[in-house]
Amino acid sequence: MAPRPAWRRRLTRADEKASPYAYISPFFILFGVVGLFPLLYTAWVSLHKWSLIGGQGAFVGLKNYTDVLGQPYFWNALKNTVSIFLLSSVPQIIIALLIAAALDSNLRGRTFWRMGVLLPYVLAPVAVALIFSDLFGDKFGLVNHLLGLVGIDPIQWHKEVLPSHVAIATMVNFRWIGYNALIFLAAMQAVPRDYYEAALIDGAGRVRTFFSITIPQLRATIIFVIVTSTIGGLQIFDEPRMYDQYGLGGADRQWQTLTLYLYQLGWTQKNFGRAAAVAWMLFLIIVVFAIINFLLTRRIASKGSR
Amino acid sequence: MRAKVIRRTQASPAAYVFLIVVLLASAFPLWWSFVIGSKDAAAIVQDPYSFVPGGHFIQNAATVVTTVPFWKALGNSIIVSTTVSLLVVLFSAMAGFAFAKLRFRGRGGLLVFVIATMAVPTQLGIVPLFIVMSKLGWIGSLWAVIVPSAVSAFGVFWMTQYLQEALPDELIEASRVDGASTLRTFWSIALPAVRPGAAMLGLFTFIATWTNFFWPFIILDPGNPTLPVALQQLQAAYFVDYSLVLNGVVLMALPLIVLFVFAGKQLVSGIMQGAVKG
Repeated sequence: MAPRPAWRRRLTRADEKASPYAYISPFFILFGVVGLFPLLYTAWVSLHKWSLIGGQGAFVGLKNYTDVLGQPYFWNALKNTVSIFLLSSVPQIIIALLIAAALDSNLRGRTFWRMGVLLPYVLAPVAVALIFSDLFGDKFGLVNHLLGLVGIDPIQWHKEVLPSHVAIATMVNFRWIGYNALIFLAAMQAVPRDYYEAALIDGAGRVRTFFSITIPQLRATIIFVIVTSTIGGLQIFDEPRMYDQYGLGGADRQWQTLTLYLYQLGWTQKNFGRAAAVAWMLFLIIVVFAIINFLLTRRIASKGSR
Repeated sequence: MRAKVIRRTQASPAAYVFLIVVLLASAFPLWWSFVIGSKDAAAIVQDPYSFVPGGHFIQNAATVVTTVPFWKALGNSIIVSTTVSLLVVLFSAMAGFAFAKLRFRGRGGLLVFVIATMAVPTQLGIVPLFIVMSKLGWIGSLWAVIVPSAVSAFGVFWMTQYLQEALPDELIEASRVDGASTLRTFWSIALPAVRPGAAMLGLFTFIATWTNFFWPFIILDPGNPTLPVALQQLQAAYFVDYSLVLNGVVLMALPLIVLFVFAGKQLVSGIMQGAVKG
């Protein structure tokens, strides 16, 4: 092979030096513009009087924050968000673990069962919300009808606070349980089978091995699922928005979540300053929740493995 | 591998019973919306709790597609979801290629940054994002939906991991020795190697974009919606008449149901290989 001319070598070197940055730049530039910048700029907007129509107004310091925190609506929305989040995340993880354990046994037609539990995932949250809004109808809903068959009085799913949270949490659980079960299933299959054999020899039953081997071995995966469902769950919008046709979270804001409140401030009241303040506080709440979750789950899981 | 499978505990009848219940619960809401969506209002009043479909599906569908701009919404959803998936796959493959196979200053730090941003709730930047879009004159335009969705930190992470495993360093070296430019190496060696991972990423991005509601609802005009936004309009028009609302739910779910029938297996293995919520 003939030696390459000097210009060619220089070109190659320039290519090797500059190319990596060229390849990562579309992601970083776009992420900066549509991801990072808006998030940081939210803090700036929140310190101003700012209207959807009129745009930027005077600097008001923390007034938007004190205004929002001084309103019962903010605290109501925070309470609703946490309540719906707990009602959806805790059962979601427990049921997903049970389904994963069932899928992990030696089934006939594995693919069929796995696809079956994943079906709800391809339904849009908006669609799920409309279906369940009908099922949980106050007067002629199927759920109340079935409850009536076993002698339970009709529940006011669209009027009372806790029942409305249960209905909305059911939508979230419906869509994500199968998805998370498959994540857990993958983690269960990575557990060395000798562990189970050793437990079997020691005379441990199925339930015992599930709690003393499977769960501790799944620690990292459980933490991962909890943290991602925290980040998503605290921002919940689609389901409460579609639970009735007005989209305000109920006549008395029974199921108004923080993101719904944020939307109402920004796009109904056209007050971007306050909406930004809520967004920034929700961001901090999510960070705090994610950290607490992480620490708690780590502690519980490591206790379990001892 | 085979031996492992055989040694796994035999499934008990209880496991089958439990899974049958789970599957019925998975499928029932969709069946229910088909049942209600195929009746006329009078039939629902007569027997609201029958699980048997009626004969009015086509008639109801005809009302739905004229009440909301259904065909427009379907076209928009196809355009937006396809474009976003292609862009996410392309940008993620490019960045993943650089992170996995090229050496450069700041590589480690930047990769940590990407992973950290996976946990950032960027949805909370909507107020400034709306301001940016109005400055660009993009309010109501499909670009306003496409561009913010075109980056995925998860996609970059996924592609980086995929390329680290799927593409041996020796191949890159050999291509360099042959005098190939980085672009050539990316195009004719990395891209073919990454195809299965790219298909998976594209599939999940497509579903996430197709079902996305919050931002399109804020930024799009009523006359130019995506399917989930059109569904909200249908609800606003007919909340009390569930036969029409749930008929719309079925119509709008159909494309993804078809996708699920053909690609459900890939979705299952994608999740089990570590795909994350979109």
